[in-house]
Amino acid sequence: METINKHYFSDMGVMLGRSMRHILRSMDTIITVTITPIAMMLLFVYVLGGAIQTGMDNYVNYLLPGILLMAISSGIAYTSYRLFMDMQRGIFERFHSMPIARSAALWGHVLTSLVSNAISVVVIILVALLMGFRSSAGILSWLAVAGILALFTLALTWIAVIAGLSATSVDGAGAFAYPLIFLPFISSAFVPTETMPSVVRAFAENQPVTSIVNAIRALLAGQLVGSDVWVALAWCVGIMLVAYFFAMRVYKKRM
Amino acid sequence: MQTNAIQVNGLHKSYKQLQVLKGVDFEVQNGSIFALLGSNGAGKTTIVKILTTLLEQDGGTAAVNGFDVASKPDNVRQSISLTGQFAAVDEILTGRENLIMIARLRHLDNPRQISDDLLNRFSLNDAADRRVSTYSGGMRRRLDIAMSLVGKPQIIFLDEPTTGLDPEARLEVWKIVKELANNGTTVFLTTQYLDEAEQLANRIAILHEGKIIANGTLADLKKLFPPAKVEYIEKQPNLEEIFLAIIGKKEKI
Repeated sequence: METINKHYFSDMGVMLGRSMRHILRSMDTIITVTITPIAMMLLFVYVLGGAIQTGMDNYVNYLLPGILLMAISSGIAYTSYRLFMDMQRGIFERFHSMPIARSAALWGHVLTSLVSNAISVVVIILVALLMGFRSSAGILSWLAVAGILALFTLALTWIAVIAGLSATSVDGAGAFAYPLIFLPFISSAFVPTETMPSVVRAFAENQPVTSIVNAIRALLAGQLVGSDVWVALAWCVGIMLVAYFFAMRVYKKRM
Repeated sequence: MQTNAIQVNGLHKSYKQLQVLKGVDFEVQNGSIFALLGSNGAGKTTIVKILTTLLEQDGGTAAVNGFDVASKPDNVRQSISLTGQFAAVDEILTGRENLIMIARLRHLDNPRQISDDLLNRFSLNDAADRRVSTYSGGMRRRLDIAMSLVGKPQIIFLDEPTTGLDPEARLEVWKIVKELANNGTTVFLTTQYLDEAEQLANRIAILHEGKIIANGTLADLKKLFPPAKVEYIEKQPNLEEIFLAIIGKKEKI
């Protein structure tokens, strides 16, 4: 065991190196992941946005947080897909029959997910800047936004791990992401929740996306974030812990 | 150290209701080629998975290189290398990157040198910096085996190494396996091809319905059958021989 612990970080480094090559050589997945959210952003800003009353004078500013969450939700489908392919091709078996920490192979995928989603997020923010997105947030607020997005990515990544490990087909590995991609529509991401009928509004205001979107929106606008940020963090950490627990159970069973 | 490379006693394994292994016993001598023969679904891969620490048995014991697979999996993993049924190579990386990755994970000095040597030995030099997704089935399998040789493990497991390969690639794999054994590596091989076991193995065990029903050298196994009746027939080349002769790659192995 000693030798394994001693090498844990260098093993993780190798796994991360592998992942980075995967990301850099399949930039088309970044494009696939970002194109729908960007199209949504264009549609909502230039077609529908004029008719939406948000109480903010710049609709791109209002919309961006929800668009980012949407991009991450579709990005994790690829995490699931990559994991599924590793299982199918037997490369996991090779790693597991080698004297390296077993979890290194899995954590490699988790790190890949974080890095590739971070790239997607940056791409979308750049497009938003071109469309007139402006933020008065300071460096600390930006760091807080990055932290919330990273936690959100991690939470969804562990859900993706469950899907990737238990899927029986390539299509199945990614299908779980669809409901997640649509969750922002029934939230405060596109329109304020006040105009929704009471049942929908109750759902919208109590589902994770709304509090996360509100927290990020407030941070980017340089406003006080209030209780939303704590609710958002609680959702992210809660989902992450539950998903991690089940992911590990599936992992032990499958290995 | 004259222990057997692999020692298996009374191995049992079930998947839910299905009993796959019903008391398997065999041993593999150091430095030999051992072939486990059986039809699809006989449980060959299950045995490989237990011996390579990927799966825990329900009953019985198995030791690899003197280490119990259940209680000392880390020591077992230091001694072995697995080439699974499907070429376990990273398709997005190049051949060279695949080898360097494995060398790093085995914490060896000079990964680049090790990968250069193996690329040379497996005639993958020209394709070294191409992505593996562009490789043919035979090249993938060669890279797969090359990856298993990184760090010179004492015992190599090859699970159906030639399934799905064309005849030429198959002969190449055979040559590699023979070279390995000549250099003192123990080779544990599973196959469903009788001629493969006949060509390669020092000892052959036949796994059928969860048990080893025969185990011995080729000569031993032949003795189980009545002596052949002598008949004179015209020797016709088989299709494989014709194919190889035409493409001019026929090698004596």
